Amino acid sequence: MELSIEYYLILSAFMFIIGVIGVLIRRNAIVVFMSIELMLNSANLTMVAFSSYLGNSIGQLFVFFVMTVAAAEAAIGLAIIIAMFRNKKTLNIDEINILKW
Amino acid sequence: MMTEYIYLTVFLPLLGFLINGIFGTKIKNEKVIGIIGSSAVGLSFIIVVISFFQTLSLPEESRKQIVELFTWIQAGGLNVSIAYQVDQLSLIMALVVTGVGFIIHVYSIGYMHGDKSFWRFFAYLNLFIFAMMNLILADNFVLLFLGWEGVGLCSYLLIGFWYDRKFEKSTTSEAGKKAFVVNRIGDFGFLLGMFLIYLTFGSLNFTEVFARADAPGIPESTFTFIALFLFIGATGKSAQIPLYVWLPDAMAGPTPVSALIHAATMVTAGVYMVARCSIIFVSAPAILTVVAVVGVVTALFAATIGLVQNDIKKVLAYSTISQLGYMFLALGVGAFSAGIFHLMTHAFFKALLFLGAGSIIHAMHEEQNIQAYGGLKKYMPHTFITFLIASLAISGIPPLSGFFSKDEILWSSFANGNVLFWALGAFTALLTAFYMFRLVNLTFFGKERIAKDKHPHESPKVMTIPLMALAVLSVIGGLIGIPALFSGEGGNKFEHWLEPIFKNSELKLSHYQTYAHSTEITLMIVSVILAVTGILVARNIYLKNPSFADKMKNKFNGIYKILWNKYFIDEFYDWLIVTPIYRLSESVLWKITDAKLIDGTVNGLASIVNSISTRIRKFENGIAQFYALIMAVGIVIALFWIIFTL
Repeated sequence: MELSIEYYLILSAFMFIIGVIGVLIRRNAIVVFMSIELMLNSANLTMVAFSSYLGNSIGQLFVFFVMTVAAAEAAIGLAIIIAMFRNKKTLNIDEINILKW
Repeated sequence: MMTEYIYLTVFLPLLGFLINGIFGTKIKNEKVIGIIGSSAVGLSFIIVVISFFQTLSLPEESRKQIVELFTWIQAGGLNVSIAYQVDQLSLIMALVVTGVGFIIHVYSIGYMHGDKSFWRFFAYLNLFIFAMMNLILADNFVLLFLGWEGVGLCSYLLIGFWYDRKFEKSTTSEAGKKAFVVNRIGDFGFLLGMFLIYLTFGSLNFTEVFARADAPGIPESTFTFIALFLFIGATGKSAQIPLYVWLPDAMAGPTPVSALIHAATMVTAGVYMVARCSIIFVSAPAILTVVAVVGVVTALFAATIGLVQNDIKKVLAYSTISQLGYMFLALGVGAFSAGIFHLMTHAFFKALLFLGAGSIIHAMHEEQNIQAYGGLKKYMPHTFITFLIASLAISGIPPLSGFFSKDEILWSSFANGNVLFWALGAFTALLTAFYMFRLVNLTFFGKERIAKDKHPHESPKVMTIPLMALAVLSVIGGLIGIPALFSGEGGNKFEHWLEPIFKNSELKLSHYQTYAHSTEITLMIVSVILAVTGILVARNIYLKNPSFADKMKNKFNGIYKILWNKYFIDEFYDWLIVTPIYRLSESVLWKITDAKLIDGTVNGLASIVNSISTRIRKFENGIAQFYALIMAVGIVIALFWIIFTL
C-alpha cells in the first residue's frame, strides 16, 4: 500500500508548527535551537514527499543541501551558545536581551 | 597678426594665478613666485604692445577686430560668447592695465618681501589682472560683467589681505566687507541696466546693441533708464557720490594694491564702461548731465576732504575719488576721449604716488601719519624725486602728463558744458595742488618729526626702478595728447586715435560751440596760475610758517571738524541705512523669522518624530523570541492575505 501525499504533508505541518511554537515559547537556548532543527527537517520531509510524488529527483537533491547547511549551522549555533554561556552563565534567552535600542 | 592671440593676455595671468595659488606654499622661494607672477603680466604686456603697433599700421576702418573663442551661454534668443574685442579703446585700456600692472607686480616683490603670505598676494594680483582684462576686452555685457564682479572679488580679497591686522576702529576684513557690500549696490544697478538692454535691443553684444541704439525708433525714456542704471553701476565701481565711501577704507590693503586696484585700474572701470556705452548715454541727455554734475561735485567734495587728512594713503584715496570725478565730468560733457586720456595719465601718476607712499611707509616701518614724517628728502632721494614729479603732474604743471589731460577736461567742460562746471573744476585743481603739496612739504621738507625708534632708509632697487619707470611715463605720458592748439595740423593724436569709437556718439551731441583760440589759451593760463598758487600757498603754510596751519585750524574749527570727519557721511549712512538694517535684522529677521518661524518649524517636526518614536521603540525590547513572534504573526497574516485574496 502506498501512503498518499497528504499524510506526509500533515505530518510535516505538525512538525513545523511544533518547531515554531518551540522557538517562540521555550526559554532554553538549546531547546530553541533544536526546535529550529525540527522546522528544517519538516521542510526536508515535505521536499522528499513531493519528490517522490512528482517523480522528480530535484527535491531530494535539495534535501542534501539543507542537511549540509543544517550541519554547518549546528556547528556555528552550538559555538554561539557555548560563547553565550561563558559570558552570561545562563542559557535563559529572556536574560539575553541586549538587542534593543 | 598678434591680435588673434589677444586671449593669451587674459589667460596668462590666469595661469600665473593657478600656479602660484596651487603650488605657492610648495614653492616657498619668494623670487620664483615673484617672477612667475610678474612675467605672466609682463608677457601679456608684450603681446598687447605688439597688437597695438600692428593695429596702428592698419587702416582706420579695419582696426576693430573680434576674437571669438567659444559660445558660453546659449538659451533661447540669448547667445553669449567668450569673445574679445580689440579696438582703439580696449587697446588703450589693456596697455594701461598690463603696463602699470607689470610695474606694480615688480614693485610688490620688494614691498611684500618677508610677508608670510607672499604667494597668496601674487596669486590674487594675477587673478585681478585676469578679471580686469576680461572686463576691458569683452565684446559683450555678460563677459564685461564677469570681469566687473571678478575685479570686485579681488579687491575684497586684497583689502582684507592682512586680515589679522587692525584698521582704524575695526579690522581690515571689515573694510573689505564694506567695499564689497557698497559695490554690490552698484552692481545691482548695472545688472538692471543689462536686463533693460536685453529687453530693448534683444542682444547683449556690444556691436549689435550699439548699432541698434544708434538707429532711430527707441524712445528717449528707455535710454534714460538704461543710462541711469548703468551709471549707478559706475558710481559703485568708480567711487562717485553717493557710493564713494568704500574707497577710503580700501586703503586697509597693502599699498601696491591701492596703487593697482584702487587708483590705476579697477576704479576706472566705471569710466571705461560709460565711455564704451557712450552711444546710450548721449541718447539720454538728462543722464549725461547727471554724470557731469555727479563728477564735478565728487571732484570738489573729495578734494576738500583731502585738504585736512593726515594719513598719507587717505589723502591719496580722496585725491583718487576727486580725479575720477574729473573723468566723469569729461564724460558728462561729451568729451569721451578727454576722459579716457585723463584715465590713462591718472593711472601713471596716481600709481606712482601710491607706490611712492608705499616706499615711504616701508621706510617708516608702517607709520602712515604725515604729521610724523618731515625731512625725509635726504633719506630717500629717489622716492622724493619721483613723488615730486607725480605731485607736479597731478597738480597740472606743464608739460607733465596731468596738465594736458586735466586741461583738456576743463576746456571741454567750458566749451560743451557751462561756465559753472569749468569754475568748479578749476577750483578743484587749486585744491588738488594745495593738498598734494601739503603732503609733499610735510613729508619731505621741514623739521624732522620722526619717532626715535624709526630709521628711514631708501627702498631697494626693485622698488625704486618701478618708481622711475612710472615717473618717466608721468612726464611724457601727456605728449600723445597735445591739444590741436599746439600740435598744429595733425590735431590731438590721442583724440584722433579714439575718434572711430566715439564718432557716432559725438554726432548726436548738438551743443558744440566754437571758441577762439585766445579763449582756450586764457583758460589754460588761468588753470596753471591756480595750480601754481596752490603749490605756493601750501609751501608758505606748511614749510615757512608751520604755526599758521594751527591758527587756521583754530579759527575755522567748525569747518575743520566737518572736513576732518569727512562731512560725517559715514555716520550719516550708518544712521540712515546700516543701523536700521541691523535693528530690523535683530528684532524681526532674527528673533521672529529665524528663531520662531524657521527654528520653530524644524524643532516642531523633530519633537513630533520624537514623541512618536518613544512609543514605537517599546516594541524593541531586545528579546529575540518577541521579534520572532512578530515575524511569525506577520507571516501568518501575509499568508492569509494571499490565500483569501487570490
